[in-house]
Amino acid sequence: MTAATEAVGDRPAPPPEDLDRPRRGGPRPWRSRLYRWDVRFSPYAFVAPFFLFFSAFGVFPLLYTGWASLHRVELYAPDQLEWVGLHNYARLLGDDFFWNALRNTFTIGVLSTVPQLLMALGLAHLLHYRLRAASFWRVALLTPYATSVAAATLVFVLLYGRDYGMVNWALGAVGVGPVDWQSSAWSSQIAVSSIVIWRWTGYNALIYLAAMQAVPDELYESAALDGASRAQQFRYVTVPALRPTILFTVIVSTIGATQLFGEPLLFGGAGGQKGGASHQFQTLGLYLYEQGWFNFHLGRASAVAWTMFLILLLIGAVNLLIARGLRKTR
Amino acid sequence: MTTTTGRPAGRAKGPPREPAKGRAGSKGPAKGRSGGAGRQLRAGPVTYAVLVLFTAGSLFPLVWTAVTASRDNARLARTPPPFRFGDRLLTNLGTAWGEAHMGLALFNTVLVAGAVALGTVLFSTTAGFAFAKLRFRFRNVLLLTTVGTMMVPPQLSVVPLFMVVAELRWTNELQSVVLPTLVSAFGVFFMRQYLVEALPTELIEAARVDGASSLRVLWHVVFPVARPAMAVLGMLSFVQAWNDFFWPIIALTQENPTVQVALTGLGRGYVPDQAVIMAGALLGTLPLLLAFTLFGRQIVGGIMQGAVKG
Repeated sequence: MTAATEAVGDRPAPPPEDLDRPRRGGPRPWRSRLYRWDVRFSPYAFVAPFFLFFSAFGVFPLLYTGWASLHRVELYAPDQLEWVGLHNYARLLGDDFFWNALRNTFTIGVLSTVPQLLMALGLAHLLHYRLRAASFWRVALLTPYATSVAAATLVFVLLYGRDYGMVNWALGAVGVGPVDWQSSAWSSQIAVSSIVIWRWTGYNALIYLAAMQAVPDELYESAALDGASRAQQFRYVTVPALRPTILFTVIVSTIGATQLFGEPLLFGGAGGQKGGASHQFQTLGLYLYEQGWFNFHLGRASAVAWTMFLILLLIGAVNLLIARGLRKTR
Repeated sequence: MTTTTGRPAGRAKGPPREPAKGRAGSKGPAKGRSGGAGRQLRAGPVTYAVLVLFTAGSLFPLVWTAVTASRDNARLARTPPPFRFGDRLLTNLGTAWGEAHMGLALFNTVLVAGAVALGTVLFSTTAGFAFAKLRFRFRNVLLLTTVGTMMVPPQLSVVPLFMVVAELRWTNELQSVVLPTLVSAFGVFFMRQYLVEALPTELIEAARVDGASSLRVLWHVVFPVARPAMAVLGMLSFVQAWNDFFWPIIALTQENPTVQVALTGLGRGYVPDQAVIMAGALLGTLPLLLAFTLFGRQIVGGIMQGAVKG
């Protein structure tokens, strides 16, 4: 505050330069006061719109979800809250479908995140070479990111069709029998994961590429002087330098996986909120949606939401520990 | 989150990391051929082959969306699946446009995504500027709060939002989708990171000495400098709003849908014709694909910039 005001808006105090003061005497004090107010309060005005919306639609709902999770709230009377304490959470922990959804979220999360990030790392390495039409490759690999969850899933449902799908047709061509992708836990979860992988691999590759470009060339030069092969350079120069970025993408992907919703919903077709006939690919996001908008229990849906939040906080804490560990080994 | 996000930028400027070099040196036995510096290496045929493969994989589902949208439903229920374009593209697009409300959905989505992009860019730039260059009380606390909540998932707010929307009788109205996403914590952080480096403090002070008011400084100094980042943020917010899924399918119905809501209706059996479903998916994706072919470079640049900075 002080530096800003000192540097600028002040009264013309020193007399020698102030020869024309009598003429401008009238408006001057008022204007300079206005000016100082402007300097002082405009920062608040600049951040106000953001924080207004942010509190109304970000912070308030977050807290109110916690409050609602302690109540019985029904979808058709959302303004009537009946206090039930931790009952919703107890119901949740006693519900097999909750644990099923938690397990599915975890396995789909691993199935989608691990191959995705490994492929992205490899692709970034390739994109880092001197390429012809460099930006064509980047844009082409990013196009799945521009495709919405809904549009992508609709195509993949058709590709994974049991009777006429292209995947089964291709498998049949190499002599593997048709797979009913939806019906079993593993096949359906692999199919759902493949949609996530398709949409996000290129995006993550660009994130890694950006980090690779920030690695100073001298590191590679000296590694080369020491006789490191290209593979060794990748292993001992690129990967260590990318560690913070890799950690960052792991966190972001994990958060995304925890919230997974649209892909399994639409993969399941008409009864999508169940995540398959025996809930074989129901994620936590779908479970929340089913509780709130198909079983009409908004209170229980809120409890699911806060459970997800606690899981994310746990992930965040682990992240912090790993980051701290990384800094120590540096 | 701050630690991980902040570090790539710091590393970019920081000194070379000794451990990596040391390990490479000790492990790698001296060989005759030199690998050369990573950056300068020209790509070989294998690199191109792998890239072609992945590019094909990235583009194939989109091309196939168009192929299936151009056939009739009966052809999709036969093996082998069709590979070439049929002649029913316009018919199917027309059916999707009318029966599945895709026309209305596109119109609604352009409105929503446009409003969200505009709001996000405007409010993020002013707030980002204040956080980057102005001093005020609680600045650090507020910035920390913003960054800390950047990753809070949308699931955590749907129940209260639904209550509010029901109370205000906004169900099925577009403002119920626009208002909750009108600002973004990521946007504020993105603009702050950009302006901290791109906007010289002397420029603001000079304008101040000349007696410029804060609004004039914003308009004549901040906006011109921030323009590239504003464009990138606008495009990213537009894409995100266009593809926003979870909240819209709760707040809106098939009567007044956005594209994603209409596609969800298609996927859940609103129209049983597969070819029409794919035509709907094509309609909902084409505008963004068009934007990607026009501004692909800028979007790629923006994402990579955001990766290093934020």
